[in-house]
Amino acid sequence: MVKQLIFSAVLLITLGVFGYTLSRLYGFFRLTRPFPVSNWGQRISLTLKVAIGQTKILRFPVIGFLHALVFWGFMVITLGSIEMVIDGITGLERSMSATGWFYDFVMASGDIMAYVIMLSIIVFLIRRLFMNINRFYGIEMQKKSKIDAIIALTIIFFLMVSLAGINLTYILKNPGEYEGIYPISAILSPYFNRNIYSINFLHELSWWSHILLIFAFANILPYSKHFHVFTSVPNVFLSRLEPLGHLPNMENVTKEVKLMMNPETAFAPAPIGENPPSRFGVKDVEDVTWKNYLDSLACTECGRCTSVCPANLTGKKLSPRKIFIDLRARMKAKGPGLIKDKSFDDGKSLIRDYISTEELWACTTCNACAMECPININHPTLILDMRRYLVMEESAIPASIATMLQNIQNNGAPWQYPADDRLKWAEGL
Amino acid sequence: MITDQIKVPIMSEIAAHGEKPEYLFWVGCAGAFDERYQKVTRAFVKLLHHIGVSYAVLGKEETCNGDPARRAGDEMTFQMQALMVIETLKSYDVKKIITCCPHCFNIFKNEYPDLGGNYEVTHHSQFLKKMVDEGKLRTNPAIFQDQTIVFHDPCYLGRANGEYDSPREVIGSLHSKTTEMPRSKSKALCCGAGGAQMFKEAEAGNKEVNMERTEEALNSGASIVATACPFCMTMITDGLKFRDKQEEVRNYDIAELLVMAMGL
Repeated sequence: MVKQLIFSAVLLITLGVFGYTLSRLYGFFRLTRPFPVSNWGQRISLTLKVAIGQTKILRFPVIGFLHALVFWGFMVITLGSIEMVIDGITGLERSMSATGWFYDFVMASGDIMAYVIMLSIIVFLIRRLFMNINRFYGIEMQKKSKIDAIIALTIIFFLMVSLAGINLTYILKNPGEYEGIYPISAILSPYFNRNIYSINFLHELSWWSHILLIFAFANILPYSKHFHVFTSVPNVFLSRLEPLGHLPNMENVTKEVKLMMNPETAFAPAPIGENPPSRFGVKDVEDVTWKNYLDSLACTECGRCTSVCPANLTGKKLSPRKIFIDLRARMKAKGPGLIKDKSFDDGKSLIRDYISTEELWACTTCNACAMECPININHPTLILDMRRYLVMEESAIPASIATMLQNIQNNGAPWQYPADDRLKWAEGL
Repeated sequence: MITDQIKVPIMSEIAAHGEKPEYLFWVGCAGAFDERYQKVTRAFVKLLHHIGVSYAVLGKEETCNGDPARRAGDEMTFQMQALMVIETLKSYDVKKIITCCPHCFNIFKNEYPDLGGNYEVTHHSQFLKKMVDEGKLRTNPAIFQDQTIVFHDPCYLGRANGEYDSPREVIGSLHSKTTEMPRSKSKALCCGAGGAQMFKEAEAGNKEVNMERTEEALNSGASIVATACPFCMTMITDGLKFRDKQEEVRNYDIAELLVMAMGL
């Protein structure tokens, strides 16, 4: 009974802190612009493929496969964690064992995956600590990123050690008559001390360490790049469904252009009482869509995007990963002020103070970044939205681009050729 | 007197006779004005006439569809151009568009519908692939049998629209040897010209993107780099010249390769 009370109290604290974090994030999301979502059926199949099937992370086959193993392992192990919570509240032991073959399946796969994840995490840690992997570095990768990664990997490692501990001691406690199947722990268990007092103690220790680590992990994640454990599956579900080449239309511009092109309205004064059009493009966090912001929360800074970016590969400042790291940091800096006061201004903006115009103009919109992102973050549309702000609100345009735009306006081609020459190629065919 | 002279059908003249072609061939600004790419336009038109396709061009009525403006962030100029183009296409009741330019292809196919312009849009690689499949383009196997061709994927055809196979199948009909660069199809490296980069100097860095890509093409050991985009052609051709390899390794559009293989 005491155990149940302590467990329930800890659970309530965990949920309370997590609820506070979510409400804070909800406040940030409310500052952003709409992003329409439809086609639910297509989204479900996309999620099954990209999130559950891990198809995009497997584009880097070897290390991608290790990640996929960890992900799939987490899925079955989470089912076991739900049972632990039920056991903790009710005081029962192995409360879900009545589900028969399903229980055997979940426990067996969870047991195998615990050891698989342990080994994968060791590989990940070696890569982080001792190997010089290009995409783990870059101007945007500060010390916090590296510490974040190592903390998360270490917690996951001990989550798996404690889970293995639970399984091993459970087998040893109940020789021959335990619920579920634990293939690897069953093989390993004979090698452990069978002193019943220490086994009982170790079982309790493993059980509590495991569940407390889960609770702590859940509340550390939202403040680190590993928030992606929660956000990446929703992020895939909420992906842009258009082909990568599609840029969203700016409806507010369409409205203005149609007024200009209509002879009856072209020179008429603006209708009284109508709101002035909102800002064109993205200057700061309040101009991004909530999906852009979700992208920034879901990014785990793996750097696959930057590792394939033609601008970055040739030494330019642009790093697609940095765009979303900056967006997240900017929201953290400006969001609280904006929640209190809609007109809050700290004299800074996402453009220039975080992301330079040089970075924005270096993008070739080749979509290699978006193609590679394992969780369908879309970088080029946000980069373009920031260009739209620079061009349409500030007229901050590189000189040669300004010339190109003038040519289109004057003679209907990006180069200075007259329309009358448009058929020259057909002469003497 | 040249007897087999090709007269390119112009939409306004055809419409004056009360006729309507099946396809609008959207030449594009590069296709009309870029000296090198004009040759690609001419090659593609030769193929259209060889097959006997019902098509016409807009000629002097064609104007930029606004793609470089939109990619440069100037939505206003883009939409002005787009609404004008949509009006022109409406006046000729255009339903199907063919173009050699992946940027024009992408914007007609994916972005014009948002402004009320709905067309069946085909890139020339897709059209030529279909014609090859239907046996309408018979090539002489002797022409390219000693050549090795590598294909450079244009971003706006490949990643942007998922079309990786059609240009490769067209090349497959040439009976040449083929090879691939390490970064190809969905992992292909950009030529460096997309996103309005074609019209500006690159930002400071340690290398030009087109050189990175050209070197990859050269390392593939191919004797011909095939492209299917006017901007890619400019970038790769420049890259080959910069390395002084333009004599050993040639850069052709897939339509030009077909014309050569067919002896047109």
